[in-house]
Amino acid sequence: MGEVPVHLTVNGRRRAESVEPRLTLADFLRERCQLTGTHLGCEHGVCGACTVLVDGAAVRSCLMFAVQADGADVTTIEGVASPDGDLSTVQAAFRDCHGLQCGFCTPGFVMSVTAFLRDQPGPTDEQIRQALSGTLCRCTGYQGIFKAVRQAADAGQHGERS
Amino acid sequence: MTGTATGGAARFVGARVHRVEDARLLTGRGTFVDDVSLPGMLHACFVRSPFARAAIRGIETSAARALPGVQFVFTAADLNPGVKEQWHTSTGPNSPETPRPPLAEGEARFAGDPVALVIAESRYVAEDAAELVEVDYEALPAVVDYAEAEHAEALVHESHGSNVIGEIAGLPASALDGVFASAAHVVSETIHQQAYAPVPMEGRGLVVDYSGATGELTIYAATQVPHEVRLFCSRLLGHPEHRIRVVMRDTGGGFGQKVMLQRDEMCLMLAAPIVGAPVKWVEDRRENLLAAGKSRQEHADVKLAFDLDGAIQGAYIDFVQDCGAYPTPWPVMTSAAVGMLFPGPYRVPSAGFTCKAIYTNTVGRSAYRGPWQFESLAREVLLDISARRMGMDPIELRRRNLLRRDELPYTNPNGMSYDSISPLETFEQALAMLDYEAFRREQAKARAAGRHLGAGVSNYVEPSTPGYGYYGTEAATIRVEPSGAVNVYIAGGSTGNSIETTVVQMAADALGVKIDDVNTIQGDTAVTSFGAGAAGSRSASMTAGAVRETATLLRERLLAIAAHKLEADPEDIELADSRASVRGAPATGVSFAELAALAYFAPGSLPPGVPAGLEASARYTADAPAIWVNATHVCTCEVDVATGHVKLLRYIVSEDCGPMINPAVVEGQIAGGTVQGIGGALYEHLAYDEDGNPVATTFMDYLLPTATEVPEIEHGHIETPSPGPGGYKGVGEGGAIGAPPAVVNAVADALSPFGVTVTRLPLSPAQIVGLLDQ
Repeated sequence: MGEVPVHLTVNGRRRAESVEPRLTLADFLRERCQLTGTHLGCEHGVCGACTVLVDGAAVRSCLMFAVQADGADVTTIEGVASPDGDLSTVQAAFRDCHGLQCGFCTPGFVMSVTAFLRDQPGPTDEQIRQALSGTLCRCTGYQGIFKAVRQAADAGQHGERS
Repeated sequence: MTGTATGGAARFVGARVHRVEDARLLTGRGTFVDDVSLPGMLHACFVRSPFARAAIRGIETSAARALPGVQFVFTAADLNPGVKEQWHTSTGPNSPETPRPPLAEGEARFAGDPVALVIAESRYVAEDAAELVEVDYEALPAVVDYAEAEHAEALVHESHGSNVIGEIAGLPASALDGVFASAAHVVSETIHQQAYAPVPMEGRGLVVDYSGATGELTIYAATQVPHEVRLFCSRLLGHPEHRIRVVMRDTGGGFGQKVMLQRDEMCLMLAAPIVGAPVKWVEDRRENLLAAGKSRQEHADVKLAFDLDGAIQGAYIDFVQDCGAYPTPWPVMTSAAVGMLFPGPYRVPSAGFTCKAIYTNTVGRSAYRGPWQFESLAREVLLDISARRMGMDPIELRRRNLLRRDELPYTNPNGMSYDSISPLETFEQALAMLDYEAFRREQAKARAAGRHLGAGVSNYVEPSTPGYGYYGTEAATIRVEPSGAVNVYIAGGSTGNSIETTVVQMAADALGVKIDDVNTIQGDTAVTSFGAGAAGSRSASMTAGAVRETATLLRERLLAIAAHKLEADPEDIELADSRASVRGAPATGVSFAELAALAYFAPGSLPPGVPAGLEASARYTADAPAIWVNATHVCTCEVDVATGHVKLLRYIVSEDCGPMINPAVVEGQIAGGTVQGIGGALYEHLAYDEDGNPVATTFMDYLLPTATEVPEIEHGHIETPSPGPGGYKGVGEGGAIGAPPAVVNAVADALSPFGVTVTRLPLSPAQIVGLLDQ
């Protein structure tokens, strides 16, 4: 199968690769970039575990081809904490609130919540639940996840780093 | 408030300490099996039967082999002869297991049955090639409905001679004839539960890496039981155990599905020495829902006898479960728990049961969190139906029958001896948290306004921490390293159970070190001692025992070295904050770093009889066959009688797991299990059509609960210490046991003005509207 070139930026690093058109963005990130924090839980766009930011928008990387990200700026879970390991407000809130157990779905939650709180600072509880409904978790019953988003939202309202 | 694993002061045990697993998992640095990438690694994809039952007349693989990038296409003839022995340690070599050919031989027995295995340079090419494998199937009549299977003409396993796998029974129904004949009230119903499944967010997967030159086989696995993967593989291939290493750092949930090895995993193990290069197989969601196993799918005729005052006189359950084509393990023995536990935490003077296991041409039954939980569903739903028929409040009926502490230990009529439980206390606490009387007033007001609210309750008692045979021991090695830092080696392995954090908390208290000075290494058979893994709600109690035994040995040596150095009596030394000091004079102490330096680098300065180095290993042996745990679930809901939609309003769990090692972990386990149970009661259905075609193989069809369906879960705790280490009990499974009956009872209570009886799950909108239309 013929390959086509793609140029994109991943977590601030420029990448030039040649890929099959059918290669998903998720597999590109996991296999070509060795960024294995993006997880695949269903490969049909329902579970949300593979969510990354493409030009700031939360997208399901299993439903997008790498070639569609040509020219884009992609952020994965590996690009969220500061390089010296300081967790973002969202990541720290998940840790504080027992928002993860096995951790498989966690990167998708962190990415989608990061985009949600940027676009919707000061959400209501109902808006938080709606925002979380697109990502599946099988361990926590969403209890700690909801609390984490509430905490991160409240911290954001008080001007802390997000 | 809490006991500790050893004699040390509790500083970290009992606290909501941050999890040590989180830093890597929150930043994308976890290592799940699909994250393992080895040089030259190949990728596997199964060809699976599209038919529920079909004869395999031939398999044409040449087109697949010809595809560039394809290395091997295996069929049964290639892999199956490699099987030497095939049994799990927990069931032993003599269990009458279903014959499990790794790849289907001659006949495919469920839609999803692995028929061929393609190995290629990439997952993409392997999937392409799988489509090019031509299997000549001759479709055969399939056994789909387990309720009809006993009398079906077709047999799932011809060699077995029957679709009944087996039966196991307690006291027969006839033995209770007198009890039921003389009872003031007898209530009976048939209760059904549908097929649903663990559905971990990460499916099953293995990377196998065989080195022919050295005979070393390394397996990276998504598993709850790394040591069992090694033992099983050793027997399967006839390969020495010490030449196999199994590694799991992070497993993306298991809930029972990753406790035993199935045919797919066997195929990868058998392929490893033939391929001679690393091979990865990670199932996708479709495969997980098609082939990883189903659970639940069962029904029972149940009956209860009461006297005039509502006191239970007798209980009987006639239970039948669907085990699919390849159940793992032999389901007859495990089904017995449904019968044995049916009396629950109540005063039940007489009981009996029969349990029957049935083959069908569907995916095999596998373990799922509280595998016997049907006993609680059936009992608690029938108690509510009984209360309604006798004109009693379901709360009052339970209150009259629940066991009181002064009656313990109590042996139920099936021989289960409960102790260290508090069913009446969790019940009253949960009802007080709800304010049951206030809810009834609110319900009456809502009904007058045409709205339908309901409250449901369930009680259960479950055996955690099996203390016999394979499960009965757990070991730890603790090293105070030369720098004074501490490493705890334990079988463990992170599957979402927070076992790394738990071990670090317990070891820090047991040795008197700062929590940041403790690290734990788990999930690698090359460096940890044998352990039976995360199963049976055993990890908390068993690892507490292992840490206690080992830390006790190490403390003695730390105290002896410190006493010698400080010229004090060992009995006057205390260990705290990574220092040893004379009691009452903390400033004079000596750090663990100094003690370690003496132990490793100045052996001549050690007191007589104390060996050099600072490490110890010990194995804890459980002394009770089980540790009992009880809980009460209370749920309220509103049902829209026009659409059949159920909205959960409040959800309360009061449980008695003894002292909590980490309340956040305990509540996380309870909430996770509870939401799985809510999913089973309302949404999830691993359904098949009448021809045996699976119709829920995506998350569009298999509906997991999301954040919008789940209410806040409110926790109450009662603390009755167990006889085990630290007084701890297992808390991993209970949520999934208690939730389905509480939800069903709440919906039934909401619908009670309509005179309907709810006996069938899931309570989907269609099901509820159907009930109301009757």
